[in-house]
Amino acid sequence: MAYSDKVVDHYNNPRNVGSLPKEDPNVGTGLVGAPECGDVMKLQMKINPDTNVIEEAKFKTFGCGSAIASSSLATEWVKGKTVEEALSIKNTDIVRELSLPPVKIHCSVLAEDAIKAAIGDWKKKHGVEVPVAEKAAH
Amino acid sequence: MAVKLPIYMDNHATTPVDPRVVDAMLPYFTERFGNAASRNHSFGWAGEEAVENARGQVASLIGATPKEIIFTSGATESDNLMIKGVAEMYREKGNHIITQAIEHKAVLDTCKRLEKYGYEVTYLPVQRDGRVNPEDVRKAITPKTILITVMYANNEIGIINPIAEIGKIAKEHGIIFAVDGVQAVGKIPVDVQKDNIDLLAISGHKIYGPKGVGALYVRRRNPRVQLSAIIDGGGHERGMRSGTLNVTGIIGLGKACELAQQEMPEESKRMRALRDRLQAGLETKLDEVFINGSMEHRLPNNLNMSFAYVEGESLLMGINDIAVSSGSACTSATLEPSYVLKALGVGEDLAHTSIRFGLGRFNTEEEVDYVTDKMVQVVTKLRELSPLYEMAKEGIDISKMKWQTA
Repeated sequence: MAYSDKVVDHYNNPRNVGSLPKEDPNVGTGLVGAPECGDVMKLQMKINPDTNVIEEAKFKTFGCGSAIASSSLATEWVKGKTVEEALSIKNTDIVRELSLPPVKIHCSVLAEDAIKAAIGDWKKKHGVEVPVAEKAAH
Repeated sequence: MAVKLPIYMDNHATTPVDPRVVDAMLPYFTERFGNAASRNHSFGWAGEEAVENARGQVASLIGATPKEIIFTSGATESDNLMIKGVAEMYREKGNHIITQAIEHKAVLDTCKRLEKYGYEVTYLPVQRDGRVNPEDVRKAITPKTILITVMYANNEIGIINPIAEIGKIAKEHGIIFAVDGVQAVGKIPVDVQKDNIDLLAISGHKIYGPKGVGALYVRRRNPRVQLSAIIDGGGHERGMRSGTLNVTGIIGLGKACELAQQEMPEESKRMRALRDRLQAGLETKLDEVFINGSMEHRLPNNLNMSFAYVEGESLLMGINDIAVSSGSACTSATLEPSYVLKALGVGEDLAHTSIRFGLGRFNTEEEVDYVTDKMVQVVTKLRELSPLYEMAKEGIDISKMKWQTA
């Protein structure tokens, strides 16, 4: 399979790899996917409770190059955004940016799910009642 | 010594043609281009003579007689012919076929088609080491069983089946025994007499011969096996396979068999040494790597290993100057991980992390060392990126976690 230059770039130089302390009340953690499916993404964000701005984002991903690229890109995009802005990121934006072929669209869906799961976790920690993040279409 | 990149280590998929094979073929493209079926001029005779010579070379490699070899377009055709040919010819005797879970698709899909036509097929499971238990074969036999078909060696995990034992059981019951010998012939000693094989499928391009040519061994004595043809026409190959003979391809296959026979004792030792070096290097330098399938009963040139917590396709992407293959779903069109590993009971999570190394005649020690270092480097990098590796290191049992599956 031929990969787009952007996927190769994220694979070779993944942005924001790592972990944030799960217990930190300002950190939201999203863990999506399953090992049997060949994709697991962990996305973490440190969010300022006063401004709702995502100050830090880290990821770790088990998956193909496109999955790694999708989550790496997601961390780049959410950094500096407010929670609301981050929630508006759609998987189709990721598909477009990385030129993902149809068989790899699920990687972008997973990245969108991971963003929503991480923010959901943070909101829960802050007692914000939120409707369960709408799951992107699979 | 610097190695030349990219490195080819996917010799179960195909092999380069040995230059000695090419030399044997070349004159028959231009000067001696005759149709082997032309009986009335020297061009035809030259072609026929070369084909008969090749028939002898193939027969000699597997302990058969030349008349028992027929040429085909490749092992997929040979597999189709041996199974469909027996099924149709012996239809009145019965409609039951025994095969096993990790055959090549050329066998499995052929059996599936026959099921549509009213045949009954038993797909035996394999043991944890990937091999068929001969007693399972014995138990599956019914009065309607007309064919047992089990591969000699598996193309993904390289395990070698107890073919002689299964052959003995087939013979005791008077049932035809057909064997896909693609990965084994030319790599390990295969003897149709000792193994009681009645039909044996052979490929050219897996043994340093050309693509587009294969052979089928069809036993002529004790018992005499008959086949219904699946390709009709001029009645070539004793009526079992019509179509003008692929003279150059057949010469190439013959020469490849001759070279394999001459070089097997030395070559198999060399393959084993390279494979063991690769395995030892990876196992020493990486934790949590797992061999898939029996190490004891395995082709000398095969290594199939799972690198836990690292997905196969991303691994291949990182070693893009090395040609190997993966059992990961992402590398196949179906999005399912390898059915072979699944049948062994390898968890889907580990199946996604498997890599098949297929060593070949032209690989060197330097290449093995390069591949080892590169694998270690990329696996280490990807594990740093893997949430599963991190969780495992924290003592979390991944298999007991509740995952959100799509």
